Amino acid sequence: MARAVSSRRKSINTALAWGIGLIIFFPILWTILTSFKTEGQAIADPPIFLFFDWTLENYSIVQERSDYMRFLWNSVIIAGGSTLLGIIIAVPAAWSMAFVPSKRTKDILMWMLSTKMLPAVGVLYPIYLLFIKLGLLDSLFGLVIVLMLINLPIIIWMLYTYFKEIPGEILEAARMDGASLKSEILYVLTPMAIPGIASTILLNVILAWNEAFWTLNLTAANAGPLTAFIASYSSPEGLFYAKLSAASTMAIAPILILGWFSQKQLVRGLTFGAVK
Amino acid sequence: MATQHSRTAARIMMAPAVTLLLGWMLVPLIMTLYFSFKKYLPLRGGDLGWVGFDNYVRFVSSSAFWPSVTATLIIVGGVLLITICLGVLLAILLDQPMWGQGIVRILIIAPFFVMPTVSSLVWKNMFMDPNYGLLSHLWEFFGAEPVQWMSQAALPSIIIIVSWQWLPFATLILLTAIQSLDSEQLEASEMDGASTLRRFWHIILPHLSRAITVVLLIQTIFLLSIFAEIFVTTGGAFGSKTLSYLIFQRVLESQNVGLGSAGGVYAIILANIVAIFLMRIVGKNLDN
Repeated sequence: MARAVSSRRKSINTALAWGIGLIIFFPILWTILTSFKTEGQAIADPPIFLFFDWTLENYSIVQERSDYMRFLWNSVIIAGGSTLLGIIIAVPAAWSMAFVPSKRTKDILMWMLSTKMLPAVGVLYPIYLLFIKLGLLDSLFGLVIVLMLINLPIIIWMLYTYFKEIPGEILEAARMDGASLKSEILYVLTPMAIPGIASTILLNVILAWNEAFWTLNLTAANAGPLTAFIASYSSPEGLFYAKLSAASTMAIAPILILGWFSQKQLVRGLTFGAVK
Repeated sequence: MATQHSRTAARIMMAPAVTLLLGWMLVPLIMTLYFSFKKYLPLRGGDLGWVGFDNYVRFVSSSAFWPSVTATLIIVGGVLLITICLGVLLAILLDQPMWGQGIVRILIIAPFFVMPTVSSLVWKNMFMDPNYGLLSHLWEFFGAEPVQWMSQAALPSIIIIVSWQWLPFATLILLTAIQSLDSEQLEASEMDGASTLRRFWHIILPHLSRAITVVLLIQTIFLLSIFAEIFVTTGGAFGSKTLSYLIFQRVLESQNVGLGSAGGVYAIILANIVAIFLMRIVGKNLDN
C-alpha cells in the first residue's frame, strides 16, 4: 500500500529541503560568484549578489601570479598516482581475502583498519625525518607513497566489500571448467569487479585530492598540490577576495564534479561497510 | 574449496599490502617512542641523551596542555553535537517525498568535497571577516555589532567551519540508514495513531542508533586530528590550539622533538581508545 501523501505536505517538504540545501550550498555558490567580480565589487557594502560586471580577470591573475597549472598538475599526480598504486597493491590482497578466506582474514582486515586510526601528528616527525634522510621532502614521489599508504586500508576494505558480493559459485564453475588462476582472474573476476574498482578509485582520488595534513607539511615550492596553493592565500596582501575565490573555485571544481558521482561509494568507503 | 595451491597464491598476493602497512605502522611508531624518551632538539644540539619519562611529565605539566585538551573537547564535542542533531533532522527531511530530491542531495553533500584549506579560508575571509564578511553585513542588517569571529570567538568559528564540512557526511550516512527502515512498520504505527514525535522516538531513533554510533566514532577519529582548519585560520591563537596542533607546534615549529613525540604517544593512545569501539562495531558487521 503506497503512502498517500497530500501534495500540500509534499510542497512544504520541497520548500524546506530546498531552502536548507541552498543555505548549505551558499558558501560554495558565493565563492564561485565572487570569483567573477572585481575586487571592489567583491567587498561592496551592501554585498552584490548577481548584478555586477562579470569578469574573468581574477582567473588570469591567479594563474600568472602563482602558476595554478603547476599546482593542479601536482594534485593530479599525487591523487591519481597514489590511488593507482594503491589499487595495484590492494586488488590482489582484497581478492585473496574475499575468495580464499582463512581463519585470520578477519583479524588482518581489522588490523589494516586500525592502521588508519593512527593520528598523523603522532608520527609526523619520524616521517619528516625519513623524508629528509631519503631526499623525499617536497617531492611528488614521496607524497604519492605517503598518501597511498594512508589510503591503502580504505582501498582494501572497499574492494573487499565489493569482491565479497561476487558469488563464489561462479568462480568454482570456472575452476571446474578447467580455468587457470590467471584466466579466472582475467576473464571471470575482472569484468565483475570493474564497477567496484571504479568506485574505489573515485572515492580515493577525492580523499587524496583533499588531504591537507601531509600535503601541507611535506611540501614546499616544488611539489605542493592545490591544498598548499590555497594555503598560500592565508596571509593576504590588500584586496584579494575575488582572487581567493577564483583560486578556490579552480581548486575545488574538478573534485566537486567527481564527488557528485560518488555519493553512494562515500557511505560504503568511509564507514568500512558498517552502514550500507 | 580452497586448495593448498590457492592458499599459497593468496598469501603471496597479500604480502605486498601487509608488508607495506606493517612498515608504515611500525617504523614511525617505534621512532616516535624512541624520540619520546630522549631530549632531542635538532636545531639546538641534537640528541642530548635519554631522559626517561621526563618528556611525558613535561608535556602534561606545561601550561599549554590543559587548554589544548579543553579546546579539543569543545571542538570535537561541538561539531559532533551539531552534525549529528542536524544530520538526523536533515536525513528525515530528505527521506520525505519531494520534488527535485536528487538536486537537494547534491547541494547538501557538496561541502564534503571542498578541500579543508578552501573551506577554512573562504569562511574566514568572506563570511567571518569583521569588516567585509557576509556575516558582519548580516549582523549589521539586524542592528547588531559585528563579531570579531577569529579573535573573539575562535572556537565557535572553527566549530562552524568544521561542522559545515562534516554535516554532509553525517546526513548522507544517516539518510542511507533511514532508507533501510521498513516503511510498513512506520505505516502501521501511523495507522495506530502514533504521533510524529512518538514515531521519531520509538521507531526512527532506535533504528538509527547504530548509524549514529558509526558517525560519532568515525567523525571523532577525523576530528581529533583536524589540522588545516586551524593552520590557515587562527594558527592556534586565541585559545584554538588543539592537542594535535600543540604537538605539531612542538615538533615542527619549536623543534622540540622529544617533547612533541611524548605528546604524539598520548594522541595515539587517545585515538586508539576511540578506535577500539569503532572496530568492535565494524567487526560485528563482518561476521554476518
